[in-house]
Amino acid sequence: MAFFLETLIGGLMAGMLYSLVALGFVLIYKASGVFNFAQGAMVLFAALAMARFAEWIPKWTGISSPIVANLAAFVIAGAIMFVVAWLIEKLVLRHLVNQEGATLLMATLGITYFMEGLGQTLFGSDIYKIDVGMPKEPIFALESMFQGGILINKEDVIAAAIAAALVALLSVFFQKTSTGRALRAVADDHQAAQSIGIPLNRIWVIVWCVAGVVALVAGMIWGSKLGVQFSLTTVALRALPVVILGGLTSVPGAIIGGLIIGVGEKLSEVYLGPFVGGGIEIWFAYVLALVFLLFRPQGLFGEKIIDRV
Amino acid sequence: MKPALYPLEKPPTMTTKKIGDVILDVKNISLRFGGVKALTDISFNVKEHEIRAIIGPNGAGKSSMLNCINGVYTPSEGSITFRGKTFDHMNSRQVAEMGVARTFQNLALFKGMSVIDNIMTGRNLKIKSNLLMQALRIGPAEREEIRHREYVEHIIDFLEIQAYRKTPVGQLPYGLQKRVDLGRALAMEPQVLLLDEPMAGMNVEEKQDMCRFILDVNDEFGTTIVLIEHDMGVVMDISDRVVVLDYGKKIGDGSPDEVRSNEDVISAYLGTSH
Repeated sequence: MAFFLETLIGGLMAGMLYSLVALGFVLIYKASGVFNFAQGAMVLFAALAMARFAEWIPKWTGISSPIVANLAAFVIAGAIMFVVAWLIEKLVLRHLVNQEGATLLMATLGITYFMEGLGQTLFGSDIYKIDVGMPKEPIFALESMFQGGILINKEDVIAAAIAAALVALLSVFFQKTSTGRALRAVADDHQAAQSIGIPLNRIWVIVWCVAGVVALVAGMIWGSKLGVQFSLTTVALRALPVVILGGLTSVPGAIIGGLIIGVGEKLSEVYLGPFVGGGIEIWFAYVLALVFLLFRPQGLFGEKIIDRV
Repeated sequence: MKPALYPLEKPPTMTTKKIGDVILDVKNISLRFGGVKALTDISFNVKEHEIRAIIGPNGAGKSSMLNCINGVYTPSEGSITFRGKTFDHMNSRQVAEMGVARTFQNLALFKGMSVIDNIMTGRNLKIKSNLLMQALRIGPAEREEIRHREYVEHIIDFLEIQAYRKTPVGQLPYGLQKRVDLGRALAMEPQVLLLDEPMAGMNVEEKQDMCRFILDVNDEFGTTIVLIEHDMGVVMDISDRVVVLDYGKKIGDGSPDEVRSNEDVISAYLGTSH
């Protein structure tokens, strides 16, 4: 039982990181109707920027406090993501208003490879460490119930709390502010949104910027767990099934989808793995997503698409 | 008594309908798509507080005309003067800022959003508080939101869609969606309202309701209305002046009675014997 719970908690923690990346997809899709393939590249780019600046700032300025250096690096990386958002809008999206979804997807594919390349040119292609000083020592919980208790990683708990706070903030932003309403309007119909005077260009910069910050937080947490390296972009591919599962238009869907996939991967690996020789973790999410596509194409929480025939 | 629809800031002043000066002047507009001439040398004007209809058979260029005024299309030639300012090129957002709102022929509502949210988006240009204030719900931002919400409630009462407030518009029947579309445009407190076939696809009862709303808006609000319509009967009943287009050319302009007796118009609609 204790082992089961440990696996479950481990899965939840991994799932939460998927959720964060999936959240980036959902935000941009909701607000601009663009399936942003570049979300993974943005995670890598933001994480690289943060890791390198955290390393450079003490060198350049002589600040020795790691907290100050990390905070400054976070702010700088955030500012860089803002510039990236602004440039993407200015150079790419602005010229593709009212185009087909497939055209926009191809554009983001282009952005993906460009950002991956540019990120590594600017910041280097080694494995870098982000150390935000999260406590690494494990906690033992429920010691009275199980012998030896359950091992929980303190770092994971803090990461989960950060993610939860971010999600709460975003839901309030989307549902309760008039800018959030304008974002949802743009997602639904570009032309109608323009006709009532919603500035498409500014909305897109805002949403890409928010997605950039989400990418930065995801990259920071992930980077501090596994180090910042190129493989971060493939993590984003793991978030694709999460989006399918949760629904492309739903923020809660991204969160719950991420958790389901995280837990599903770990449990299936541990309990089913031995029968089929292991390796389930790699494809489990995709198979689950395929099953969902068959039975509930709009995902768990996505808006059902009703078309007039 | 139906609640009157008026801006919260100013009480209604329109009691008897007075047609004012020219508010919108369209001069020699031509529009070409490649080799296709959608509009050729069209000129007409719209006076303040009037209901001006643009009619014509299918493919006459009515929607193209409206899209030129709305800034969706840029005319190949000609100019549009709005309140004394002349433009030969502008975009939808600028037009919206100048106080021109529109509805769409093929509904362009935000389907996933509730009726209230859809109409609230129409208040977008009026919202002054910035993003940070909204996010933190600081006093002024909160009060502003409430004020706009109140205005939107007026519109909802006016259009008699109270029961559907929270329903996602995608789930509403067509006639009601058309009303929401009108509501969203009204939320902008427009000076000129462009209606693209507001009665298309409606049954008689729905058409009568829509007519009533259009007349009420014009009456109580003093809003100038430019509408495109297919249904001749409806147009003749509610408009002050009518422009008739056929094959992208203007073939008639005047009061409903004048237009009705115009030879060219009759032949365009009924066909001529050769």
